[in-house]
Amino acid sequence: MAILEVKGVGKRFGGLHALSDVNLSVQENIVHAIIGPNGAGKSTLLNCLVGKLMPDTGSVLFQGQSVLGRKPHEINQMGISRVFQTPEIFGDLSVLENMLIPVFAKRDGSFRLHPFETVEHEAEVIDKAMEMLVEVNMADKRNMHAAALSRGDKRRLEMAMCLVQEPKLLLLDEPTAGMARANTNKTIDLLKQIMDQRDITMAIIEHDMHVVFSLADRITVLAQGTPLVEDTPENIKGHPKVKEAYLGETAA
Amino acid sequence: MLGLNRKDTTFLIIVVLLTLFTPFLMQPFSEGSAMAQFNGGYPDLMAKVAIFGIFAMGFNILFGLTGYLSFGHAAFLGVGSYSAVWMFKLLTLNVFPAIILAVIIGGVFSLVIGYISLRRSGIYFSILTLAMAEMSYRLAYSVLTPITNGETGLQVRATDPRIFDGEGAADYPNLFGLELSTSQKWEVLGHVFTFNVGYYFCALIAIVMFYLSMRIFRSPFGLILRATKSNQQRLSYTGLSTRPYALAAFVISGMYAGLAGGLLAAMDPLAGAERMVWTASGEVVIMTILGGAGTLLGPVLGAGAIKYLENIFSKINENVLHEWFHFMPEWLADPIVFILSRFTGEGWHLTLGLMFMAVVIFLPGGLIEGGQRIANRFRKKPPEDDDAEHHPKAAPHVAE
Amino acid sequence: MDAIFLQILNGLDKGSAYALIALGLTLIFGTLGVVNFAHGALFMIGAFCAVTLQKLFNLSYQVIDETQKDFLGNPLKVDVPYLESWFGPEFGIALMDWSVPLAIFFAIPIMVLVGFVMERGLIKHFYKRPHADQILVTFGLAIVLQEIVKYFYGANPIQTGAPDVFRGALDFGVMFGFEPNAIIYPYWRLVYFLFSAVLISGVFAFLRFTTFGMVVRAGMADRETVGLLGINIDKRFTIMFGVAAAVAGLAGVMYAPILAPNYHMGMDFLVLSFVVVVVGGMGSLPGAVAAGFLLGILQSFASMNEVKAIIPGIDQVIIYLVAIIILLTRPRGLMGKRGVMEE
Repeated sequence: MAILEVKGVGKRFGGLHALSDVNLSVQENIVHAIIGPNGAGKSTLLNCLVGKLMPDTGSVLFQGQSVLGRKPHEINQMGISRVFQTPEIFGDLSVLENMLIPVFAKRDGSFRLHPFETVEHEAEVIDKAMEMLVEVNMADKRNMHAAALSRGDKRRLEMAMCLVQEPKLLLLDEPTAGMARANTNKTIDLLKQIMDQRDITMAIIEHDMHVVFSLADRITVLAQGTPLVEDTPENIKGHPKVKEAYLGETAA
Repeated sequence: MLGLNRKDTTFLIIVVLLTLFTPFLMQPFSEGSAMAQFNGGYPDLMAKVAIFGIFAMGFNILFGLTGYLSFGHAAFLGVGSYSAVWMFKLLTLNVFPAIILAVIIGGVFSLVIGYISLRRSGIYFSILTLAMAEMSYRLAYSVLTPITNGETGLQVRATDPRIFDGEGAADYPNLFGLELSTSQKWEVLGHVFTFNVGYYFCALIAIVMFYLSMRIFRSPFGLILRATKSNQQRLSYTGLSTRPYALAAFVISGMYAGLAGGLLAAMDPLAGAERMVWTASGEVVIMTILGGAGTLLGPVLGAGAIKYLENIFSKINENVLHEWFHFMPEWLADPIVFILSRFTGEGWHLTLGLMFMAVVIFLPGGLIEGGQRIANRFRKKPPEDDDAEHHPKAAPHVAE
Repeated sequence: MDAIFLQILNGLDKGSAYALIALGLTLIFGTLGVVNFAHGALFMIGAFCAVTLQKLFNLSYQVIDETQKDFLGNPLKVDVPYLESWFGPEFGIALMDWSVPLAIFFAIPIMVLVGFVMERGLIKHFYKRPHADQILVTFGLAIVLQEIVKYFYGANPIQTGAPDVFRGALDFGVMFGFEPNAIIYPYWRLVYFLFSAVLISGVFAFLRFTTFGMVVRAGMADRETVGLLGINIDKRFTIMFGVAAAVAGLAGVMYAPILAPNYHMGMDFLVLSFVVVVVGGMGSLPGAVAAGFLLGILQSFASMNEVKAIIPGIDQVIIYLVAIIILLTRPRGLMGKRGVMEE
């Protein structure tokens, strides 16, 4: 069953067609990679999915409900989380506090005025946050200033902040960008582990073919704002069109 | 106790004790001694410290937590004062209806201004609040004269209806008949301590407001406000709607400001538009930064420091300085007096400006950070990390 | 018709001042990325340059004039300005009379110096700090500057006269076929408008036609790239700070006869100028100028009795109202570039 359905989405910036007639359907409980050369419109597409950009045409359905016109926080509350290319975390807060916020957001919805409750008394919330920190091996860093974390730890923290909300769909924007090979492999393992243990779907934008072919169950190739082809990794590898448009420049 | 952990309870008790004993603490020098002019233990000043402490505490909930820099908070103080004086005129000189209305009107006013201003962030937010406050100020001076009494300011008159006050009721703001201006003096060993009803009333309210702001700081709401300051993008992708949170903080701080305005009117029953001018908004910014934005106690310390210095410094004129330095030969005393007098008396604002610049340049965390640096030097160990709240790092003040 | 014409004229001089201050603010913001709350103080210092020169020119010594007697029959002491005795009565007195326009030459070096000292001494350290810190520190500086001026010149406004030739007013209406005395416009305000037009064109020409200006404009658009080309952009930006200070100062010098300078005039103009900058669009020089004139003229329209009768108090708030509406509907302002200071 398709969890995310993108139909005929188009987006223009002035005279530039960033996206035109994009059709894409992401099946449940798989890793779906979106690849394509620079400027193919991958990031624009992602921004259309999370409410940062409003497409000019087309529709985006998540579990049968339209996400268009909704704000990022509403889309998150529907069950879509996003990991950014450069980690977006709350730098001024401690690691544990970073984890508490998504748990509160999940429990209380997008706005709740609770000025006279006390964070310390929210044992359930704290337990849940700690559990997640243990899972990503960051429990010992819970009192650190998040800004002081290493880049890799920031990424893990951001991932944990998304996962603790138990999203149905996790969008990852180049999760291994700028990483050394060893760390890339660690991330791949982490993502595989997440897929095994959770009821989750992932859509990944990625440049690194090693990551894509290790993880993806389906691949969509985007070129010049339109999907060129969508298939399994095995078929994509040998696809002449893809080679021509894309692999030629990186798979050498 | 009271929903606080042990450390915060201790902290609160210390603050309560400090507040209750302020009439002693601010009166350390015996009457008639050379240092007597540094005594700040007179009711008017102490009450002002408490009132502006409340104002700054409220401002800090907005600025310190969310990073939204409002340059228009004096408007809420002003409407608070106007509402309180109107209650005095129409209903009764008992202060309770007055301050309750002041809080409500402060809240309503800040809801409107906040709703509009929070559509933008960063410098645009600052300019929007500045523009709205200036508008309120100018309207209070001109067309709204029937409500505000224009340049003269709103005052309580003998002809006012005061429908709840019977014959022979107190003709000064009071607590069920006990006038706020009532003072009790106590002389010990040449010291004179003054205990004033008005001060203790303001101080009690300040303690309650401090407790409330402590609860807000420790709440999930406070946590989310701090997250607003840190990274709004992440916050909205985490499923939280940032604007209502910022608006709630704005309204809460507006209510604090309204309360402070009401109390100002209770201590001295008149209200004028000059309380709303934008430089008055600047003053609360200065207080908050000087003490330490984002810390619990900092803004109160900042308000205390500025009000105290303002009172003491502006009293020190050249004659006083000459008296101090009369033990020196004249050729030495004269230049010293000349230089010092530039910064005292009339020159107090110069000191204020320089002090403020120094804090922004060298000590962005304010007095609290300064105190911690000194404490750390003595303890000779690095600052602890587990207490991020009491040790805020110098962080960007404006929500990006 | 003539009433409308008159209001446009009336708006021009205030608009000129707004435009000049806003131009400087935008230059500083666009080049250095600094929000300068002390810019109003520069305008004020400029006005006090005019006051100072007038005072200097009027320095006198006393002589005993045997020809005049007081009521006791003693010879009268008369003040003779040094200028009069040095340059003779005619030229000396003309100098005194023309002290405000001459103060331009006196003010330029002073303002450029003040600008350099400010930039090198303080602002430089705040490039990387958040805008709120910049606002706060320059706000502190503005307080300090105005207190210093207050110490030297007192708290009261100081009347500073324009040259005699420009006293009086021009009957503008007659020139355009209206009734005599329908549109009367003081000469000095006309001078002010022309002066600001020249100054604004000068700044624009400087930015457009000189290599220096081209580099600065390129730097405003993309500072990093220009830096990569090996051009020392910081030094040029420092010079631009001096230029902006001089522009604000000259606006102040020439405004002295219109509004008697007082120490807090800077703060009064600052808020309005910021509003002008925001309306024009943060970082847009033409926007700042256009918005300055637009708001000046709108303000004078709002103070017409006919308008006030319909909307009471509108004259007091029109500028803020326009700013709020613009900020809410068009956050980039009239001519602002996309992405400047937006999230």
